[in-house]
Amino acid sequence: MTNDRWYMKLIVHLLLLIGVFISIFPFYWLIVMATNTTSEILQFPPRLTFGGELWNNINDVFDNINFFQALFNTVFVSTVTSIGVLFFCSLAGFAFAKFNFPGKNMLFVALLLTMMIPAQMSFVPSFLLIAQFGWVDSYKALIIPSLASAFGIFWIRQFCQESVPNDLLDAGRLDGCGMFRLYWNVALPTLRPALTFLGIFTFINVWNDYLWPLVTINDPQKYTLQVMLSQLNGVYDTDYAMIMAGTLMATLPLIILFIIFSRQFMAGVAEGAVKE
Amino acid sequence: MSRPVPNSSSDRVEAMSKPSLWSEIWKHRILYLFISPFFLLFLIFGLFPILFSLYLSFHSWSGLGDMTFVGFSQFNYLLTEPVFWQSVGNTFAIWFLSSVPMLFFALVIAFLLNLPRLRMRGAYRTMFFITNVTSIVAVAIIFETIFSNQYGLLNYVLSLIGIGSLEWMNSSFLIKVVIASMVVWRFVGYNAIIYLAGLQSIPKSLYEAAVIDGANKIQIFFRITIPLLRPIILFTVIMTTIGSMQIFTEPEVLLGLSGGVGGAGMTMTLYMYNEGFINSNYGYASAVSWMMFIIIGAFSFINWKLVQRA
Repeated sequence: MTNDRWYMKLIVHLLLLIGVFISIFPFYWLIVMATNTTSEILQFPPRLTFGGELWNNINDVFDNINFFQALFNTVFVSTVTSIGVLFFCSLAGFAFAKFNFPGKNMLFVALLLTMMIPAQMSFVPSFLLIAQFGWVDSYKALIIPSLASAFGIFWIRQFCQESVPNDLLDAGRLDGCGMFRLYWNVALPTLRPALTFLGIFTFINVWNDYLWPLVTINDPQKYTLQVMLSQLNGVYDTDYAMIMAGTLMATLPLIILFIIFSRQFMAGVAEGAVKE
Repeated sequence: MSRPVPNSSSDRVEAMSKPSLWSEIWKHRILYLFISPFFLLFLIFGLFPILFSLYLSFHSWSGLGDMTFVGFSQFNYLLTEPVFWQSVGNTFAIWFLSSVPMLFFALVIAFLLNLPRLRMRGAYRTMFFITNVTSIVAVAIIFETIFSNQYGLLNYVLSLIGIGSLEWMNSSFLIKVVIASMVVWRFVGYNAIIYLAGLQSIPKSLYEAAVIDGANKIQIFFRITIPLLRPIILFTVIMTTIGSMQIFTEPEVLLGLSGGVGGAGMTMTLYMYNEGFINSNYGYASAVSWMMFIIIGAFSFINWKLVQRA
């Protein structure tokens, strides 16, 4: 295709930059609002440039809610869930990819079928179950149900089949490795790229989850950032500057994490979709 | 005493195969241990709740006291409840308003990003994808200020170009446009990256062969690119359908539990959430979730068939 002519190139980049502008602008707008006072935000025409109020607004957030508690809760739940998902999914993916055992195919099909069940089906009774267990307002409610995912197992299995050579496993066996040593010392190091994607993917999803923590957490001390944000938005709906400062602080860590890992992450997203 | 020796061949097969299956299973016990966490969690937090929700949907229960068996009456009520049908209509309207532009723009972006010798491809990809990493709660809060009736940024821009401000949050139609725009903004980049991966997996030799055969660009696009991209398009259509049918956070954060003016932003999941977790009608909420399941399943199936044929 001939996009070599300079005006063709210009048009292509112009179109892409319009798209990028629409993508990025809300973040810019968020920072603008977080650095201005509420009255500046609410004036008409609105102020479109950064102000000097960021620190005041952040202090307002700290005065009104326990931001660091919510940040800690979110980081803790996301980290523990991600580690659990990486461990349990890689164990299962490894078993499905590299070994034969009675009922393997049937169990794998069952696993794939579970991915087709929409989440809202089990929502009410899952909550009732959590309540029965006495897990309302606890990290357990947020972590335990999502410790292993069918998608994760499927993902690791695909990768494992291609990248863990049987010769390597045989060599490990000759050296006297038990099953767990084979997994831990032989398979796990070669699975690193797949684990990186699955880890970030899980971390982002848990960080951004809203409906489940909204239902299971009532104690403000256990709020995750998303629930805290929505509370902030609902209760203090006049103090836009503070709400925006809070939103910025809750959004920024994940954006930074994503930019650091964006290459690995997007390769993973693309690969998953093309294979399915 | 000597052990009985199997004399017929069928006895022998039975004697050998039965213990061997169990010994096979026992031999591989560590592998079952490896895969067991997922299946245990699924039984407890997946299968049991679904079966229990079916049971609940035939009972009236507020969470306290006894459940009363009510048969199909909750389903009957549901079928005649205008608010439920309004939520179905709203959900479908939001699905249509979001999925058509979203998939179209995603395809355009992917096509541009796939042009040969494009500079800054990686940077573009990251910037298009970054919207998907942001939480829906944050997006809803930001969009609230962009589309606000009085002080909204968009109304300011519209008044600058002489259109004048619109009452975004007071119009049944515009409320749906606002919700749909959030979905489009969040997922265009995601779908574009998926389409891009699909485009890149089409072998170059096919294009070269078509050029040699004298095909023009439009023919190449409709005869090679689109047909080979079809499985990926199918994948995104189904994922988008299932996702939009469950839309909840956008209207809840933007409009609150009422779904805004006249319930114009009341979606099926928001309706279920209200009935289950606000009004504590657990049985009825379960009936709603099963009804939703039937609607989503049927609609995804129709979608699948239509896209496959197109």
